[in-house]
Amino acid sequence: METTSGLFFSLVPLIIFAPLAGMLINIFLGQKLGEKGVGLVASLAAGTAFLVAVLQAISLGQHPEGAVVRLADWIHIGQLAIDWTFRVDTLSVTMMLVVSGVGTLIHIYAIGYMHEDVRFKNDIPRYPRFFVFLNFFIIAMLTLVSGNSYMMLFVGWEGVGLASFLLIGFWYDMDTLGRPSFANSNAAKKAFITNRVGDFGFLMAAFMMFWKFGSTDFDLVFAKVAEVAAHEPWVILWMTIFFLVGVVGKSAQIPLYIWLPDAMAGPTPVSALIHAATMVTAGVYLVTRSFPIFSLSHDAQYIVATVGAVTGLFAATIAVGQYDLKKVLAYSTISQLGFMVAGVGMGAYVAGMFHLMTHAFFKALLFLSAGSVILGMERGHHHLPHGDHHEVFDPGDMRNMGGLRKTMPVTFWLYIIGTLALMGLPPFAGFFSKDEILLDASLHFPHVYWILSAAAFLTAFYMGRQIWMVFFGEARHAAAAHAEESPLVMTAPLMVLAALSVVGGFLNFPGLHQFGGWLAHTLGEMEIPEFSFAVAGVSTLLALAAIGLSWALYGRNPLKVGQIDPLKKPLGLLFTGMENKWFVDEGYQLLVIQPYKTLAKFLAQTVDWDFWHEWFHDSVIARGFVGFTRFLADPIDLGLIDRVSYWLSDLVSAASASLGKLQNGFVRSYALSILVGVVAILGYLLLNAK
Amino acid sequence: MTLELFLFFTLALIALLTAWGMISSKNAVYAALNLVTNFLSVAILYLLLDAPFIALAQVTVYAGAIMVLFLFVIMLLGTETLRAEFDWKKIWFQAALALALLVEGFVMIFQRMGQAAALPINAASVLTNPSEMAKVLFTDYLLPFELTSILLLVAMIGAIVLTKQVKKRSL
Amino acid sequence: MIPVTYYLALSAILFTSGALGVLIRRNALVVFMSVELMLNAANLSLVAFSRLHQSFNGQIFVFFIMAVAAAEVAVGLALIVTIFRSKQNIDLDQINSLKG
Repeated sequence: METTSGLFFSLVPLIIFAPLAGMLINIFLGQKLGEKGVGLVASLAAGTAFLVAVLQAISLGQHPEGAVVRLADWIHIGQLAIDWTFRVDTLSVTMMLVVSGVGTLIHIYAIGYMHEDVRFKNDIPRYPRFFVFLNFFIIAMLTLVSGNSYMMLFVGWEGVGLASFLLIGFWYDMDTLGRPSFANSNAAKKAFITNRVGDFGFLMAAFMMFWKFGSTDFDLVFAKVAEVAAHEPWVILWMTIFFLVGVVGKSAQIPLYIWLPDAMAGPTPVSALIHAATMVTAGVYLVTRSFPIFSLSHDAQYIVATVGAVTGLFAATIAVGQYDLKKVLAYSTISQLGFMVAGVGMGAYVAGMFHLMTHAFFKALLFLSAGSVILGMERGHHHLPHGDHHEVFDPGDMRNMGGLRKTMPVTFWLYIIGTLALMGLPPFAGFFSKDEILLDASLHFPHVYWILSAAAFLTAFYMGRQIWMVFFGEARHAAAAHAEESPLVMTAPLMVLAALSVVGGFLNFPGLHQFGGWLAHTLGEMEIPEFSFAVAGVSTLLALAAIGLSWALYGRNPLKVGQIDPLKKPLGLLFTGMENKWFVDEGYQLLVIQPYKTLAKFLAQTVDWDFWHEWFHDSVIARGFVGFTRFLADPIDLGLIDRVSYWLSDLVSAASASLGKLQNGFVRSYALSILVGVVAILGYLLLNAK
Repeated sequence: MTLELFLFFTLALIALLTAWGMISSKNAVYAALNLVTNFLSVAILYLLLDAPFIALAQVTVYAGAIMVLFLFVIMLLGTETLRAEFDWKKIWFQAALALALLVEGFVMIFQRMGQAAALPINAASVLTNPSEMAKVLFTDYLLPFELTSILLLVAMIGAIVLTKQVKKRSL
Repeated sequence: MIPVTYYLALSAILFTSGALGVLIRRNALVVFMSVELMLNAANLSLVAFSRLHQSFNGQIFVFFIMAVAAAEVAVGLALIVTIFRSKQNIDLDQINSLKG
C-alpha cells in the first residue's frame, strides 16, 4: 500500500478519538451540560466520526486500494507483534459509514427519546449516562471495523459486547414496564453470557491463527492462508468453525440467538443501533473480512450458509406469533441476519454486505419508529385519568394498539416505508439486497434458496400482521386512542433513514453493480450473477401473497379487545409453539441451565461444602491442625520449651541473687574478690604462657 | 658469707618481722612503728642496690612524712586499740589465698629469672650518682615530673576540702 | 653478690604480707598501712630490676610511686578522718554504705 500523503487517510484515527472526546466530556461534565448539551456533544462526536468516514470514502474514490495507518505499538512479545493499526479499504469504510451514519441519526433521535424515557421512568439524572454508553458503543464498533488485525477486531468485538451489556441493562433496576425488578439486568446478563460463548469461539480461532500463521494481521494471514490450506486443510476448517461460533454468538444465529429478543429490554435507540443495525452485523463483517479463509473451505461455506438460512426461517416463524412490537422486530432482525450470514456463507459477500447496509437503514427506521409508537402510547397513557395508572400497562403490546395511523400519521408513513423495504417489495432497498442473496442461493445452494424464500414469505406476513394490528382498525386500549405524535427531533432522523430505505437499493442496481465494484477493490472481482426476473418475480409474488394473507386475517376483520389471534385456530399447536418461541428458552433452561445449576449446586453443596469444607477442611485439616497444635502446645511448649525457659530464668535469678550478695558494701570483701582474680590470672599465665 | 649477704639477710629478716608485726599488732601505734622500721630496713636495702637517692627519699617521704601523718591521725582519732582478730577459722580462706599468691610469685621468680639470677658486678655503677638520675628525670621524664607536682597539689587541696569542718548552718 | 632473685623473693613475701593485712584487718588505718607495705614491696622489686638492667628507669618509677603514695596517703587519711567524723568508727565491717 502506498503512503497516505495528501489524502485523508491519515485522519482515520479521529474516527475513534472524536467519539472518545465526546464520551469523556459527557462523563465529567454530563451533569452540568444539561440534556440538550449532552445530546449535542454526543451527536457531534458521532457526526464527526461520520464526517471522517465520508472523508475516507472520498480518498478511496481516488485511491481505491486504501491504506494502512499505524497509530501505536500494542503488544510485542517474542514473534508476536500486534500494533494499533487502522485499515482503510472499501469494506471497512462501508462499515464505518453505516455505523457512524446510522449511529449519528440514532444519537439525534435519542435526544428526544431519552428526554421522555427518563421522565416516564422517573430518573432524570440518568440521562447523560445513556449518551456516554452510546458514544462508547460507537468507539468500540469503529474499533472493530477499522482494525487491521484480528486482535484489534477482537478488542472492538469485546467492546461492543460490553456496550451492549451496559445499554440492555440501562434501566437495570426495573423491568421493561418500569416496575422494580431484576428483569432488565437479567436480560443484560443473558446477552453478555451468551456472547461469551461466541467470544470463546473467536478466541480459539485467533489462537489457532497465531499458532499456524504466527500473526493475526489480516494481510499476513491472508498471504499464508493458501499455503496452509494446501498442507493442513483441517486448520482452515476448524478455524472457520470457531469463527462461526463467534459469528453465531454475536450475530444471533441458531443456537445462540436467544439473547437478542431479551436485549429489547434496552431503550429503543439501543435496540435500533446495536441490536439491529450495527453490532449484530459484526459477525457478517467478520466472515466477509475473512473471505480468503472461508472461500477455501467449501464445507465451512456450506455450514455457514445452512446455519444462516435455518436461522432466517426459524426466527421468522417465531416472529409470526409475537405480540410485542419490539419482539417482532427482534425476531425479524435475527431472521434478516440469517439472510446475511447465509449470503456471506455462500460466498456472496457483496450481496451479504449490501443486505447488511440496507437492513441497517430500514431496520433502524423500523425500530426507531417502533420507539416512537411506544412513546406515543406512553404519552397517551399519561393523559388518562389517574385512577387508571395503577393497572399494569404495556405500551409495547400490539394487542393494546390499533388505529394509530390517525393519531400518529408521520410515524405511520415512516413505518410503512420501513415495512415495505423489509418485505422486499420493489423499488425499496430490501428488494434489491434480498434478491441478490436469493439469486446467489438459487444458483449454488438450492436448499438455502427454498428455506430463505419461505422465510421471505413469512417476513412479509408478520410485517403485514404488525401493520394491520398497530395502525389499522380501532384502538383496543384508551392509551392508543389518546396517543400523540413524536416531536421533530425524533422524526427527522427517521425521515433520513426512510429516504435511505427507499433509495438505498440503487446503490447496487442490477446491471450496474456500483457497490459490487466498490467492494471489489477489497474482495477481489467476483462473478456477478445475471439478474433473474424469475427469482425476483417469485419473491415479489410471495411477498404480495403474504400481504394479502395478512390482510385477510388481520386487516379485513381487525382484532377486538380480548380476542385471540385468528391464526390460533387454524394452526393450533403450531401457533402455540410460535407464540412461545418454540420453547427454546425453556429447552435451554432444561438442557443447559438446569443441569448447570444442578452441577453447580452439587459442586457447591456436596463437593465444596460437604467434602471440602465439612470433611476435608473441618475434619481433616482443622482437626489435624488442632491436634498438631495441641501436641505443640502441651508436650512441646509447656513440657519442653516452657520448662527450659523457666529453668533458664530460675538460673538467672538464682545467679543474680547469689552474685548480688557479692556487692555487700564491705570493702574487704571487694579486696578479696580482686585478689581471687589476681591469683586466678597469675595461675592461668603460669600454666599456659610457656 | 660475705658482708653484703649477711647485711641482706639481716635486713630481710628485720623487714619480714616488722611486716608481720604490723599486720598482727593489736595496737595501731605499734603497727605504725613496725612499719617505720620496715621502711627503714628497705631503705638500707636500696643502698645495697646502688640507689642512694631512692633510699633517702624512702627515709624522708615514707619513714618521715607519711608515717608521721599516720601516727598523727591515729592519735587524733584515738583508735589505737581496735581489736585485731586472729581466729584462723575465720581467716583461713584469706590466708590460703595469700599463700597461693606467694607460691605463684615464687614460681614466677625462680622459673623466669633463669640466667639473670645473679646481679651483675659493676664497680663503677652509674646508678649511684644522683645527678645522673636527675638528668634523666628532668629530660626524658620532665612531663610526668611536672604532672606529679599537679597531682600533689590536687591531693593537698583534696585533703583540706575533705577534712574541713563545715559549719552547721543555723536554722 | 646477692642474686636479684633474693630481692624479688623478699619483695614477694612483703607484698603477700601486705595483701594478707588488707584482707584480715578491720582497722581502716592498719589496712591503709598494709597498702603502703604492698607499694613498698613493689618498689623494692623495681629498684632491684633497675640494678639488674643498669637503668634509671626503675628508680624513676619508684620516685613517681612515692609521690603517688604521698598523695594517696594525704587523701586517704583525710577520707578516714571524714568517715570517723560521721560514723564515730573506722571499723571496716561497720562501713557498708557502698552496698547497692
